[in-house]
Formats: sequence, structure tokens, C-alpha cells
Amino acid sequence: MAKIVLNTIINGENREFLADERDSLLEALRERLGLMGAKEGCNNGNCGACAVIMDGRLVNSCCVMAAEIEGAELNTIEGLADADSLHPLQEAFLENAALQCGICTPGFLMASKALLDENPDPSEEEIRWWLAGNLCRCTGYDKIIRAVQDSAQRINSSS
Amino acid sequence: MQSLTYQRATSIGEAVSLLQNGGDTARVLAGGTDLIVQARERKRDVSLLVDVKHIPELIGVSYSPDTGLVIGAATPLYQVYGNKDVKEHYPSIVEASSVIGGTAIQGRASLGGNLCNSSPAGDSLTAMMAINAIAHIAGPQGERDVPVEDFFTGPGRNVLEAGEFVVNIHIAPHQSGTGGAWQRFIPRNEMDIAVVNCGTYLALENGSVTNARVALGAVAATPIMVPAISEILIGQALNDEIIDMAADAASEAATPIEDMRGSVKQRKHLAGVLTKRTLAIAAERAQS
Amino acid sequence: MVATEKNKNTYKVIGTRPVRPDGTDKVTGRAAYAADTQMTNLLHAQVLRSPHAHAVIKSIDASKALALPGVKAVITAADLPDTDSDSTQKLLDNVIASNKALYHGHAVAAVAAIDVHIAEDALDLIEVEYEILTPVTDVREAMLSDAPILHPDLRTSLQATNVDTATDIETNIALHLRQERGDVENAFENSDVIIEREFETSWFHQGYIEPHSATAFWSHDGQITIWNSSQGPFVQRDSIARLLNLTAQDITVIPQEIGGGFGGKISVYLEPIAAVLSKVTAQPVRLTMTREAVFQATGPTSATYNRIKLGAMHDGTIIAAQAYLAFAAGAFPGSPINPGVSCAFGPYYFENQLIDGFDVVTNSPKSAAYRAPGAPASEYAVESTINELAERLEMDPMELRIKNATSEGKPNSAGAPFPRIGAKEVMDAVKNHPHYNSELQGDDVGRGVALGFWHNAGLESGSSATINSDGSVSLSVGSVDIGGTRASLAMQLAETLALTYEQIKPHVADTDSVPFTHVTGGSRTTFAGGWVAYELGVELREKMRQRAADIWDIDIEEVEYTDDAIIKVNSDEEKAFTFSELAKKMATTGGQISATVSINKTSQGPAYAGHIVDIEVDKDTGKVTILRYTAIQDVGTAIHPSYVEGQIHGGVAQGLGMALTEEYYYDDDGHLVNSSFLDYRMPTALDLPMIDTELVEVPNPGHPYGVRGVGEVPIVPPMPAIQQAITDATGLHIYQMPVSPRVLLEELLESENLSSNGHGTGEGRF
Repeated sequence: MAKIVLNTIINGENREFLADERDSLLEALRERLGLMGAKEGCNNGNCGACAVIMDGRLVNSCCVMAAEIEGAELNTIEGLADADSLHPLQEAFLENAALQCGICTPGFLMASKALLDENPDPSEEEIRWWLAGNLCRCTGYDKIIRAVQDSAQRINSSS
Repeated sequence: MQSLTYQRATSIGEAVSLLQNGGDTARVLAGGTDLIVQARERKRDVSLLVDVKHIPELIGVSYSPDTGLVIGAATPLYQVYGNKDVKEHYPSIVEASSVIGGTAIQGRASLGGNLCNSSPAGDSLTAMMAINAIAHIAGPQGERDVPVEDFFTGPGRNVLEAGEFVVNIHIAPHQSGTGGAWQRFIPRNEMDIAVVNCGTYLALENGSVTNARVALGAVAATPIMVPAISEILIGQALNDEIIDMAADAASEAATPIEDMRGSVKQRKHLAGVLTKRTLAIAAERAQS
Repeated sequence: MVATEKNKNTYKVIGTRPVRPDGTDKVTGRAAYAADTQMTNLLHAQVLRSPHAHAVIKSIDASKALALPGVKAVITAADLPDTDSDSTQKLLDNVIASNKALYHGHAVAAVAAIDVHIAEDALDLIEVEYEILTPVTDVREAMLSDAPILHPDLRTSLQATNVDTATDIETNIALHLRQERGDVENAFENSDVIIEREFETSWFHQGYIEPHSATAFWSHDGQITIWNSSQGPFVQRDSIARLLNLTAQDITVIPQEIGGGFGGKISVYLEPIAAVLSKVTAQPVRLTMTREAVFQATGPTSATYNRIKLGAMHDGTIIAAQAYLAFAAGAFPGSPINPGVSCAFGPYYFENQLIDGFDVVTNSPKSAAYRAPGAPASEYAVESTINELAERLEMDPMELRIKNATSEGKPNSAGAPFPRIGAKEVMDAVKNHPHYNSELQGDDVGRGVALGFWHNAGLESGSSATINSDGSVSLSVGSVDIGGTRASLAMQLAETLALTYEQIKPHVADTDSVPFTHVTGGSRTTFAGGWVAYELGVELREKMRQRAADIWDIDIEEVEYTDDAIIKVNSDEEKAFTFSELAKKMATTGGQISATVSINKTSQGPAYAGHIVDIEVDKDTGKVTILRYTAIQDVGTAIHPSYVEGQIHGGVAQGLGMALTEEYYYDDDGHLVNSSFLDYRMPTALDLPMIDTELVEVPNPGHPYGVRGVGEVPIVPPMPAIQQAITDATGLHIYQMPVSPRVLLEELLESENLSSNGHGTGEGRF
């Protein structure tokens, strides 16, 4: 088992850590760094539960090799809230009851953040398109879509 | 995940030599959305991943009205469909590249990766074939160009020799009076492999077709061109009757298999439907 | 206390929409699910699965795997305990195949290693020799007398009289059951109109996003601890004990947060394997399924074949109804044929009815519970036949249903009288809904309507509550929280104690901490767990009154507990404590006050749903687009309306997946070839519209707050509603689910061919 040393910035902090050369980014986050927020739902890019933001872009961490993140910058669910408050998306998900079992929630939140970063005022159709790679089996998406709309409003009205 | 090593190449030469030394099981890693999964599920033997995303020539999109469009083979799809020149001049490329996987896949997947994965159903392939894109290849013997329509030799197989990889994809400059379109049929509205996909390209002069290219995916062992449609359309004025003939030719040319994603009857029929629909859009674009 | 329609408006907490207690952990990535379990010296396990659907396991050689550095143990069925019980053996065989692999993906061996990659490498080194047998995956083929036999010792058991089913021959039919009322044969003879149709449904998987995962540690002292993803920690504890030939005292199950279950996380799959690997290695072992294994080896719901015959009078009265239901159980007996039978005619009262049900083993994963198990398939068949009968009678489909609706006092299929139910209220609400009465606009559009019935479940639940000195109340529940359980139970306790929601601190306990609690499933948790919360509240109120009485040195009868949670004496204004004031005094006046309650209730209230859907069909491709969806449901009392709506949304989404895109695809050799989220096509956000809900509240008289279960029934109506909408849009009657684009397109082409004969539209296109 070849081990490799990786340097990356995760949620704003420099991290140097040891990974297995055949780890995916998802495995490295969970098993080497103890960041358990990204979830494994399918391990082949079809559910989005493992979504994180890499160099400003949404990716499925199961479809990235850990070795690829050398020098990259990552944002994960663990860094979405700041020390004194939740992110407006997190608040909106809570208040709109946009989660039931919660396993897909970190992926949906990171995907929604990537969406609002790029498009602060998305239509329902645009939200559905953007989130189509994130599967939720509990909610039928209704309340998730409403939470993203609600959150966009909160962000736009406070800025 | 099978046992493998990872190497990052920063120049074309470095990538060529890594691939050459790595032998049969060395693979080029671009977005990895197919390759990493295949390696994990042990569907492909991989001992070495050569990451080509740090080679400058493989990333980025550039356009000039004189030389055309060059897309670095490892450029993530969102940069392809988000590029203003691609949006303005190559709508069929936008149509195909913006529906491959979900948003997170499009942050990584690339046209070069789609080419090299060589799936009979690869969505961007028929868009590239119809518009006569050229794959620019580097390898131990130097560089060469292969039209995308001649790139595939079988399911998951292509013309690349040991040590070779795709550097970029070239598409001729946009000409007025021409238009391309691309569509696929999938059971859901996203996240599916195409049951059939179809790329078309039309050039019109004074209402008459001067060039017509139709490519179909998921109807044969590789994506296919349908030369019969070119023969039907070239020299003719487009009307419902002639488009119906083209659609019939598409159904005729399709020789699909029956699998979990579609039946023979369904695929042959959809080949016609998508041909008809994309030709109508391509014609409208050519005339605008 | 009995809920009535009068007092439901006086609730202070019930009916509000607070943020759930576990919410913040779940939006910050902190919530700990089973696969997140970390501990010192942890090993990683993987399971080797059969590449064949039906094969004798001749030999297994693990020597090469064991020689791989980092591999700590390899086990097979031989490492699990022996048993004399046939039913226990079948459960064991589903965990790891002992002599025959009975489905593609059936576990045959397992490895524990220091790293998950090494465990995977080791799987490739285990050599298994198989003798391949012919598989059978189709339920009707499996019923044929010359079908490949899965279990040579299996004989048909009968829960039926006057039938000619043989019980002394080798067979795949595990059970024939019959429910009968009146004289159908005679009633059909007297019917003005008779309609008979047959239907098929595919295998449908629950599709929870979290794969099964379990970590086990078998300590040197003999104690086994399991951290897993479970809908029923107590049920699983008992099941694991049975399989390992131990007793409940040897095992503690500590349920982690659960990433969806829908019935599929009740059966035990991984836990005995992880436990035995832990015993062999004396280290904790974590075992998480791959997504492929989830599809291959955990329970989908049964594929079915159903035949329905209805006899009606011209005025729409259905006087005779007959159903023949054959459910594929998968590799071992135990399809949901019982609830399939009991729900088939659930919304209606027919004077004469006869239902035959068959449980049939096939070379497929053992079916497991899935949201209203059995009901979607049998009611799809019945509802679709009723819609077609309405067409035949030229009656409004809701009129026809209302005419035949069941009601309080009428017998259910087993003969017991229904309590107060909302069947009629739901039917009226559908008929009067603006959606139902709106005009459908556009080309190739269609509307469908259908009802659903589910009986809901009661069963055992237990919880403990402790009043803290600051006036808060800790509530430990035995039900895992799969989608708002902590909130809904805390709300019912807060209501009973007249406290705020925020004063209750709910906690999901392990199997050593609270009384036996049955699964989070069967739409029973808010009902039964809520009843426990109510009784806890009543007991705590009594104890608070007693404590105050002791402090004041008076009789408890003089002390009142008010609707504002004031403990006081009416005749003496000096004698009054707020809840918090009294709580503060507990330590010095006798100690903390707590209560533990366990119940076993059978007064659950059946649930009814009525759905309306509008669709558009692309006739060139067979693609169906949902334009509008309305789900109406009798929910009894909506404790937390947001999560009630969420349950309805989720049920509709799963039902629409069954109706349009989800299915198991087997090749001719019985291989499941679409075991991924790519090709098992669950609806994405782009496939569904917003789903409108209307909550009808007919309180369940058998519950202190009128709760009925709400989670399951909304999965029932989508299939027949879609079926009718497709008929409305295309004129085609299609009798299989899903109506995938492939199926619909081929039917459309077929009908074009038939109708265009001689019209020369050419070569079957358009």
C-alpha cells in the first residue's frame, strides 16, 4: 500500500496528511482526515451524496482521486457554517423541513451553495437542473427546492 | 479500488513517456468520472493513472474566426458549455456537453475523456462527429490528427496506440448558413445514459442543402455517421417529406442491441425521431 | 382521553412546525451515521457475492486470501452456528449461503482486513467452485410444475379452505392464502357488467441513499455491541441473537442515524457477519455494503402478477370482486402477500369477494418490507380495474368509488369491523378538489385518479422521560428517527405536559436503555411512540402533583395541573408552582421525577389517500411528463404538518418511480444488470413537479391525539393514477408497471400500426 503525502487547503486551513495512493477523495476525507460529512451513497457519481467543492467547482468526491487534490482548495460541509451562525442555506433547510433522513443533505447543501455562488437568483427550473445529480429518496425534492428558493431570498435581501 | 499509482504530467512529452513506460494498463486521467469508477469496480485493469490536467495545452477553450475552435481535451465540460464562443457558434456542443451527468460530473468530465472512453452512447461524441471535429493526438511517434468520426473501433475501443492520448479537439470556424443541433432520449430528464443520441449539422445555400451530416449514438457498436442521410439531403430543399425520408434512413441505419437501456424497436424508432427533430433545429439555426 | 374533532383546535404544540432537534447536526455534517463509525483498532470487512443466480457451492478455498498481508480473517457459512430450526437456517442462509447460492449477489464469504482496499483485494483471491443451475426469476414461471426448484424441502402451506392446491410436492409456492366473503360465483352471475384484467409489476427497491452498514465488536467477555443503520434495533437484536445462537442479554444494538430505510432496514444482513469476523479477530469490524450489493442482495419489494375480476350493476354497485395475487418472495418465503391481500379492496365494501394470494420463491434477493408492503401492487391492479369499470359504465370514477366506499362498522377483508375511518371524506375531498374539477388543457395530456388504503400498525413501543432541575424534560425513545421522530414524539409529550416544544430534549436510546420498541415502520412510530409520550406525560403530571402535595402536606386530589403547567391548589393562591419551580425543588424533596412507559396497542387508524395527476405524453418517444400532482390524505391529526407533507411527497415520488422508470432488469441467466443508481432510475429533482398536498384530518379515536400513520399510504395511488392518465392521454390501456418510455412507445407504435393499416404512413413510424 503506497502512501502519499498530500497538501491541500480544506475549509480555509492548510492540511498536510497521508493517504493511500488508491484512495478516492471521498475515502481520504472520511478515513484519513475524519471529515465524515461527505457521504457515500453510490461510489460511482450517480447520487451526489459525496459532493464537495474543489477549487470553486462542485465535484463528486468519489470520482476524484485523493492524489489529485495536491495543491487544491476544498470546501466541505464541515466548513459551511461559520463559528457563530449557520449558513442561510442550512437555516432554510431546517425551517423548510427540507430533510428527512438527512443522508443526502450535506451533498444537497454543497450543491446548492455552488449554485447560489454562481446564480444568486435561480428559477425553480434552474434549481431542479442544477440539483438533478443529487438524489433524495425521502422528500420528493419539493421542500428542498423551496428551501433553496427561500435561502436565495434571504441572501439577496441581506446583501 | 485496484492497486495503482498516480502520476501528474505537466507537459505533453512527460505524459507520453509516462504512458509509454506504464504499458498497457497505464491510463490517461482527465476528469476521471468514467475511469475512476471503472478502476474501482475492476472493469478495466489500471496500474498507472497519468493525470493530464496540469498540461497547459489540455485545458481551455479558444476560438478564432480564422482557425476555429480548439478545446483542450481535459477541459471540464462546464468550461466548454460556459464559453461564450461555444455558446455563440456551436450550440450542438453546448447541448451535448451540458447534459452529461449532473452538475458535479460536469465539473470534471471532459470531451477528451468522453472520446477516450469510447462508449457507443457517449453523448458528446455524436455532436462532435456531426460537426466534423478533429481529435489532435500526441504520442511517441509525434502528433497526428484523426477525425472524430474515424476515432472509434468498437465499444470502449479506439484508434489510440500505446503511449498516445488526445491533446485537443478542433472544430472548423463557424460559417454563416450552417447550423448544428444535438438531442438525446433518456427515460428520466437527467442522469441517464442515452437510449439514442443524435447530432446533426446542416449547411444551406439559397434554401438548398449543401452539406448534411448526421451522427447517431447507442444504435451500434460505436457511434455512427449516417451517410445515407447526407445523400438524401444534399442538393435538396428541406421540407417535411425529405426530413421524413432522412428520419427513415436513420432508423434504417441503426443496428442496435437490446439491453436494459432500450429495445431494438425503440432505438430504431428514436433514431428517426431524433434525426427529424435535430434536423429541424439545425435548419432553423442555419437560416438565422 | 379520546381525540375528537372538537378538541383538535385547542392544541398548543401539536400542529405547529418547529425545527427538529436533530436538524442542526444533519445540516452541518456532524450527524453520525453507521458508516461513520470509528474506533480504536477497527478492521474493515467486505463480502464476496455469487456471480450466479442459482448454483451449488461445491467448495470455497480462502487460503490465498488469508495469506495476503493485512487480511485478518475470512469466514463462510461454516463459521456461523448450526441450527435445527428450518426458519432460522433460511435466515442464516440469506446472510451467507451455506450450500446453494440462490440469487446473483448472494453472499458466500466475507473478509476482514486492516484496510478496505486490502479487504477488496482479498475477495479476488477467494476461490469458489460452483455448479451452475437454471434460475427462475419470474413469478409465474416459478409457479409452473416444471420450474427449477429453489428449496427441495419446500411445501405449500395453506391458509385457505376448499382449494385444490397440492401440499405434498416439490414446489416454489410457499403459501396459498384465501380470504372470502359472501358468494362471488353467484354474484358474478347476477352482475350486469363483468370486467377482468391482469397486471404485472416489477421488482422495486426502496432506494435509500445510505447503503447498509454495521460495525460489530465481540468482546472477550462475550458481549457483542453493534453500531448500525437500523429501523428496528430491538427486532434486530433479537434476530441477531437467534442467528448467533445467543440471547438478547449478549447483544446491545446502538442505532446510529439512519439514512433512509422505507422498510428495507429491518432484516439483518451484515450484523452476524461483522460479529463473527469480530469474534475471530477480537477486533471491532466495520462492514458497509456497496451500492451494487444493496440492489443485488437487500430487499426490493416483490414483483407481482395480479388478476382482478369485478362484477357491477348498471348503477355502479359492485356486487362481486375477485383477486388472484401472486407475489415473488425472492430466494426465501416471505413476500408481503398478506398485506397485499388485506389491502387489495381496502377502500371499498363489496358484499361478495374472494381473494387468493400466493407467496412464491424465485432466484432474486429475498423481498423485504417496502412502504405499505404489498399494497401498491394489489391496489394498483384493483384501482386500475375500477377506473376501467368506470369507463365501461360511463361513470365518473370518483362517483363509482363513492358509491362503493367502505365506512365505519363495515368489515375489512378479514371480517373485522372498521373503526372511524376517513375513506368517504378523502373520496369527497378528491371529487371536490379544484384540480379534479379543472379543465385539462393541451394536446396529448391526460388525467388519472386513484385511491390508496393502508391499515397502519400498532405494536410495542417504550420510552423513558426524566424531569431535569431546570424544568426541561429528557425523553429517551426506542424508535430510531428516520424523518422527524424526535420532533413528533417531543411535541406530543410537550402537549401533554403543557410545556413548550423546546423544553423537551429527545434522544434515541439503545437496546439496553428503554423498553422494547418495535420498528420505525408500518406508519406506527408517531402513533405508538406518541401514545407512549402521552402516557409518560400523564404519569409525570401525576408525579408532579404528588410531589407538590407532599411538599404542601396535603392530599393529591387537592392539587391541580393546569393547562399552563402550573401545579397549584385552587382554594389557596399561595400554593402554586410553575413546572420549573417545582422541578428545581425535586432534589431536596425526594429526588428527580421520571417515568418509563411501554405499551402494545392495536387501535391504529387505517389511512386513506386519493391522488390526482395530470400528465403529458410525448407520443414520438413514449416519455411521460408530470404536469400537476395533488395528494389528498386522511392523516388523523397532523402532529408536525411539514413532516406529514414530507411523508406524502416522499411516498408520491417513490410511487411515481414505480409507475414510470424504476424496475429490476434481469438477463436470461438471472443476473441483475442494473444494480446502480445510473440504471435503476429513481426520480431526480428534474423529474417531479411540486406536489400539492391536502391534509384531511379525521382523528383516530384509538389514539389520545387522533394520530393515524401517514408515511405509507401515499405510495399506493401513484401507479394506478398514472395508468389512468396514460389511458386518458393515449387511449391505451397498459397493464404493467412501470410504464417506462420503452413500454409506452412500443404500445403506441403497435396501436399506430393497427390503426394506420392501409393509410400508408409508412414503415411503422408515426
